[in-house]
Amino acid sequence: MGMTISEKILAKHAGVEGVEPGEIISVKVDIALGNDITAPIAIKEFKRAGAKKVFDKGRVALVPDHFAPNKDIASAEQCKILRDFAKEQDIENYFETGEMGVEHALLPEQGIVTPGDVIIGADSHTCTYGALGAFSTGVGSTDLAAAMVTGETWFKVPESMKFVYTGKLPKWVDGKDLILYTIGKIGVDGALYRSMEFTGPVIDSLPMDDRFTMANMAIEAGGKNGIIAPDAITKAYVEGRMKRPPVYYASDADAVYSDVIEIDCSKLSPQVAFPHLPSNTRAVEEAGNVAIDQVVIGSCTNGRISDLRKAAAVLKGKKVAKYLRLIVIPATQQIYRQAMEEGLFDIFLDAGAAISTPTCGPCLGGHTGILAAGERSLATTNRNFVGRMGSPDSEVYLASPAVAAATAVKGVIASPEEVA
Amino acid sequence: MKFTGKVWKFGADIDTDAIIPARYLNTSDPEELAKHCMEDADPEFVNKVSPGDIILADKNFGCGSSREHAPISIKGAKVSCVVAKSFARIFYRNSFNMGLPIFESEEAYDKCDEGDVIEVDADNGVIRNITKGIEFNVAPIPPFMQQLIEDGGLMAHIEKRGK
Ligand code: SF4
Repeated sequence: MGMTISEKILAKHAGVEGVEPGEIISVKVDIALGNDITAPIAIKEFKRAGAKKVFDKGRVALVPDHFAPNKDIASAEQCKILRDFAKEQDIENYFETGEMGVEHALLPEQGIVTPGDVIIGADSHTCTYGALGAFSTGVGSTDLAAAMVTGETWFKVPESMKFVYTGKLPKWVDGKDLILYTIGKIGVDGALYRSMEFTGPVIDSLPMDDRFTMANMAIEAGGKNGIIAPDAITKAYVEGRMKRPPVYYASDADAVYSDVIEIDCSKLSPQVAFPHLPSNTRAVEEAGNVAIDQVVIGSCTNGRISDLRKAAAVLKGKKVAKYLRLIVIPATQQIYRQAMEEGLFDIFLDAGAAISTPTCGPCLGGHTGILAAGERSLATTNRNFVGRMGSPDSEVYLASPAVAAATAVKGVIASPEEVA
Repeated sequence: MKFTGKVWKFGADIDTDAIIPARYLNTSDPEELAKHCMEDADPEFVNKVSPGDIILADKNFGCGSSREHAPISIKGAKVSCVVAKSFARIFYRNSFNMGLPIFESEEAYDKCDEGDVIEVDADNGVIRNITKGIEFNVAPIPPFMQQLIEDGGLMAHIEKRGK
């Protein structure tokens, strides 16, 4: 019987010939990640267990990105726990403010996560790296602590669901729309405990940044991981970037899937997820007249360079609507510099946007754009739960960078078609 | 394992932002987190709940982020266990890793009302609704998870059995 790409990677890291869904296995971890919210608990557990050294100082990554640059005293204390631990353990992949970016944009960019890896992170969007053809999933702080000690973790091998995207992507429709549409179709627990494998002709020509966006939101459907088999596009991204040699896996033709879902993309419109679930999606033309107070372009979902380019293309020569705040947050320092050099910052500044240093910031209601009661934000982020961006009485709408830019100009949820 | 307590009911897809909002994540102190347990789902919850009470939820409880602060805040609020139709996977994992007992039951949610007193009898795989005098099955805890609980959570498990 054939295996899926996820099963193959897990089997290899478990040191066995094959694995089957439902089996509980122990696997070697290539990278274990934590951030300023989750790592302090992991470090406490690590110490409490009497551990002295992490299993490999090159394979632990610590990224203070959520509340950093420190938003208050308590956050500063959290970040200090990371910094002190990084110093003590000589952690190679620690990123201070100034080098720091949103973890899931930063780790691939810096070549720390590699195709064929098993990666765990104490952050649910660790599933992002599946875009590279790695098995990558979010865990809790205690799991991170255990992996820092042993270099291993346990998994129940997930069943796999195959998504086949066919047809041709219409103008203004990108990876964000594909994943929002998919979540809308299957629901926020539509892939619970399972692996989501994204395939088909549309994926075959989808740029790397859009693939990251799709894998990033697998968790929003309850998925354990999202994964895309490496191809020429992956290899072009990976070449010369990765710190360790990549290993390319692909699913067998006779691999077994619990579900195969085909989505014809030819007639898709840009999607908007309404409050308060990412599955509450509709086409942008059906959004109605929803006035927006704040637009956020950034996050581990859509803060990459191509996202900023798409937003800038819509915003060029336009002004942000009166009384609306547009906040642009490049996801990493490298993206920040590139956007500046490409002249995107001029477009944003001319439009009346605020540009922030890389951080998670408003995405999880941390800082740099918190909403008051009754306010609405349209954001390129990944979650629109109650209170996610501030007041429990505020609302978050999720969409692509192009829709976000158009909305910033119009002041109401708008299609890029209406603006460009 | 047996837990008896009053039921507090919550709907489907209760996310970790509702269980413990991110605005309180600049600490990991259980007592501090307990003060805001379930705040964005029911701001009055912490004032109403008594030690030993049980959270009973519809499907996909704990979806969203990986924050262990969520089960920590529930444990900190002295809730004895959580019963739901299903759990999101990271929350499920976290709960066992840090010793918050959780149980899956389809029927319990449909047949219990808020305020009912129920007994979760994990050893015999039943939930008894004492108020209504009815009982139903609860899914057994998988053997590996049972071992984790017996050992006192994941870290203790590793210390005890090596890697
Ligand atoms: S950008 Fe948002 S979703 Fe991504 S890691 Fe930060 S808080 Fe989480």
